[in-house]
Amino acid sequence: MTAHTSSDAQPGFRERAIQVLASPDLQENFHDAMAFLRQKRASAFADEEHFQRLQAESQRIKQEALSQLPDLLETLEARCTVNGIQVHWAETGAEACDLIRQIIEAHVPHREGQPIRVIKGKSMATEEIGLNTHLEQHGMHCLESDMGEFIVQLAKQSPSHIIMPAIHLRKQEIARLFSEKLPDTPYTEDVDRLIGIGRQVLREQFEKADVGISGVNFAIADTGTLCLLENEGNGRLSTTAPDLHIAVCGIEKVIPRLSDLPPLLSVLTRSATGQAITTYVNLISSPRRLDEKDGPSAVHLVLLDNGRSRMFQDAELQATLRCIRCGACMNHCPVYAKIGGHAYGSVYPGPIGQVIMPQIEGIRAHGEMTEACSLNGACGEVCPVGIPLPDLIREQRERRAQLPEYSRGKEAWIWRLWVLGYRHPQLYRIWSRVVTQLRRLSPRRLRPWSPSRAVPRPARQTLHERMKAHAAQMNTSGKHSR
Amino acid sequence: MSQGSKRDVYVFGTCLIDVLYPDAGMDTVHLLEYFGCQVHFPQDQTCCGQPAFNSGFRREALKVAEIQLALFTEPWPIVVPSGSCASMFRHDYPALFAEHPLATQAKDVASRVVELTAFLLTLTEGYASPPKETDATVVAHTSCSARRGLGQGALALALIRRLSGKPATEPEEAEACCGFGGTFAVKQPELSAAMTASKCHALQATGAAHLVSGDCGCLMSLNGYLEQSGAALKGEHIASFLWRELQNRTARKGVSG
Ligand code: SF4
Repeated sequence: MTAHTSSDAQPGFRERAIQVLASPDLQENFHDAMAFLRQKRASAFADEEHFQRLQAESQRIKQEALSQLPDLLETLEARCTVNGIQVHWAETGAEACDLIRQIIEAHVPHREGQPIRVIKGKSMATEEIGLNTHLEQHGMHCLESDMGEFIVQLAKQSPSHIIMPAIHLRKQEIARLFSEKLPDTPYTEDVDRLIGIGRQVLREQFEKADVGISGVNFAIADTGTLCLLENEGNGRLSTTAPDLHIAVCGIEKVIPRLSDLPPLLSVLTRSATGQAITTYVNLISSPRRLDEKDGPSAVHLVLLDNGRSRMFQDAELQATLRCIRCGACMNHCPVYAKIGGHAYGSVYPGPIGQVIMPQIEGIRAHGEMTEACSLNGACGEVCPVGIPLPDLIREQRERRAQLPEYSRGKEAWIWRLWVLGYRHPQLYRIWSRVVTQLRRLSPRRLRPWSPSRAVPRPARQTLHERMKAHAAQMNTSGKHSR
Repeated sequence: MSQGSKRDVYVFGTCLIDVLYPDAGMDTVHLLEYFGCQVHFPQDQTCCGQPAFNSGFRREALKVAEIQLALFTEPWPIVVPSGSCASMFRHDYPALFAEHPLATQAKDVASRVVELTAFLLTLTEGYASPPKETDATVVAHTSCSARRGLGQGALALALIRRLSGKPATEPEEAEACCGFGGTFAVKQPELSAAMTASKCHALQATGAAHLVSGDCGCLMSLNGYLEQSGAALKGEHIASFLWRELQNRTARKGVSG
């Protein structure tokens, strides 16, 4: 939703990265946090084989789901409807926002001078569509109830990690934030107390909220069940305490059967936080029934497309839709571990962000981030649903290179020259010889490689020349070589 | 030239080694010859095409890759002293040439490419250098393409121990990328250099006397940083290290291998 443009006026990825790199503290934060998460994941998968088994199974399920996506979505809609969940379809983020607002306005009685109170469980889909901003523009009051999201919202920032939204903040910063922004809150760096303070604030709000909005981890077609994972209980409260629950769900979250859930749950939580299972596993299958004491009187499911059908039809990139948003690719990405999520300037950061953002908002808006990858392959190795992330990042680079403005640009010319120099062996031998003979003229500094790295100097002779001489020598002295 | 008992191999020297680090290429050849290979170096080789391929310029990559395919007509192994280029041949050529008239040749070449340390490890099977009592530890940096692309995690360590007898180790977070990443290093230079700095600190923290790697791309970034920061440690291609060790040994013993 945020309008990123490629205009030079705004700081691009590189500038944002430089900003982070200027802060050793911030880098250390990310490094330590990511190392911790990697460690947790590693110990959650007893052995590599265990992981590979689960990965193969999960990939198969998600791929099966994708292969019958339209049918599954229809089944999901039918089953949910039978269960009493009202299903809506939204093609774009804007459409979803409007729809959600209308559902709320139709359900919650108007109270003069009192804004409608929305409490939210953690949901990347709602981040993706900019739901909070939209609802607030319409006079509603949104409160994030996931502790990390709560902190980030209080700091007026955006999440920097899809699982750990506030991972970029140190406890000192959170302590200051709480003491400044929350009434009657003393400064404390005691993490347990900080969490206690946050929970206290939230607890009161759950009771007052008119609407609970959540995401969905898996939507199970054959039973019409919405599965929501979390560790804090805030998801359960957001979806049960208010009288209205709205779940926002990307269409790729649908899976065929209830029996598909256990392997996916297992691989997701292990990959994300190293847990064998989350503290709360919510399975929502209907609003409150007549004989039930709690739960919302109405449950709505908003099925969000926002570019997903396009990804679905794109043979090269369809695998992206297998993503279960575990965040492992971020935790293992050496670029992410250096600069964190904000530098990407997008809702989804890290490797999955580099693949998905150009698909949601266009390669023009998010082309530069595709450069921010050394293709080291760590992300692809850990992705629990086997998305070939490095290949897909390269694919995005190819698409960017094909943009007319890019193919007329400087880089494209460099590669054309490169072809000239490397496609014709005789020509190649001539110029490479010239380069070595002019080695003394080679610059000591060569932006952008320097300033923190010395520039290598061409050798006296190319390997081609030396091998020519070597072969001649072997020929003459050849017979008694070792 | 042709001695019956010798094993014929091709060497693909890589573009980086050709102009910047030919010593690494020569030492590769010396090692192979020392262990009984007849080395063939097609003079028409240039570059595997990876720089353009990884930058999103597939068509350009293909144009350069095409001419490499014609060079290896005999069914010999193609030894490549770079994990990164070896991985390009082995994994990316079949995909790159999937719908190309040369698809079969590409697959054939891919199947014959072997990264140098992997090749040496089989070639020198049975060879053992007695362990040395020395403080001069060797730290090895394994490139991500060797580690993940080719699945060759700890080959360098085994090879160093076997051929030099010196203790070999890896740095903390050995699997972390050194920050080079080809054109990544010039497109996002600050980020790349920061990653290289972290890797160098980890390498220096081992206290090793020698730094080796099977990839000159990584070495270019690592040495660039080490030199600029005035460090005593300096990296070299693993072939150069191993060849020097073998020469020292034979010189001391006064025998030829
Ligand atoms: S791409 Fe893979 S590793 Fe990354 S968040 Fe999605 S499922 Fe997890």
